[in-house]
Amino acid sequence: MSNHVESTTQAPSLGVTEPRVEASLPRLGMAAPAFEAVTTHGKLRLEDFRGNWLVLFSHPADFTPVCTTEFLAFAAIAPELRERGVELLGLSIDSPTSHIAWVLNIKEKFGIDIPFPIIADSNKEVATLYGMVMPGESKTETSRCVFVIDPVGTMRAMIYYPLTTGRNTDEIVRLIDALQTTDKHGVATPANWKPGEKVIVPPPGTMEEVEARLKAGFECKDWYFCVKSL
Amino acid sequence: MACIGSQGELTESARRMLTALGEPGVAEDVASRTGLPLFRVRGGLREMVEAGLVELKIGIYSSTQRGLDLLTA
Repeated sequence: MSNHVESTTQAPSLGVTEPRVEASLPRLGMAAPAFEAVTTHGKLRLEDFRGNWLVLFSHPADFTPVCTTEFLAFAAIAPELRERGVELLGLSIDSPTSHIAWVLNIKEKFGIDIPFPIIADSNKEVATLYGMVMPGESKTETSRCVFVIDPVGTMRAMIYYPLTTGRNTDEIVRLIDALQTTDKHGVATPANWKPGEKVIVPPPGTMEEVEARLKAGFECKDWYFCVKSL
Repeated sequence: MACIGSQGELTESARRMLTALGEPGVAEDVASRTGLPLFRVRGGLREMVEAGLVELKIGIYSSTQRGLDLLTA
């Protein structure tokens, strides 16, 4: 697990040195940390999602109100994401039994099926690997983290929300659209961009590119700021 | 294990995957034939290989005799 930094720590009361695994946060543009985890859909590995985009997200705890609204919202966008080749994978530091009971409760109380698997990360292994626990908020729960991993396993985006604040799932769909547009067309996307709107032509790196771009017919405010329609 | 129930019986998804392996194939073939998500097929096939119900040779999955026996039981 390349993102682990293994060190030793002195146990003060016993005076013995024990191995300790410290997690560092995943980095954008680097390989997402590999894992194998028990989920509500059986044992899964990160590599099982290769070829698809993956939205790995954590929630603080089952049977809590904000998390329930989020699960309803994630279930609502699941078909849109599936159309875009994106799978969802939830996680919290709860048992498989708790996850199953909560999923059944959501079905009973709200009439909504939760179509995606949920990692039962009872030993915090994946949460530690991905830096999902924010000790300043809670030492026993994962914060509301979102990791967007592309089809070759590269970490492409990360979003963190505090325990108190439910996520905006429209933004997650928009983020996926923007990333996929970037990959397909080699462009960047401006603030608040939505599909169908003009995109940013990447800034030129050489004088030759500057001259070529001025002749290319882009819509430019200046040499460094050009947009185009797709 | 997701492919075998508490009574030793095949789960519904395992039954579908084994049926789809009436003709050997890669995980993508099984996903296409069953309509199950590819990640779930990959995880399920791995568990069935570990349980001796499926074998994997050069990237191609096929049912073992044990898998076939359970499917027809």
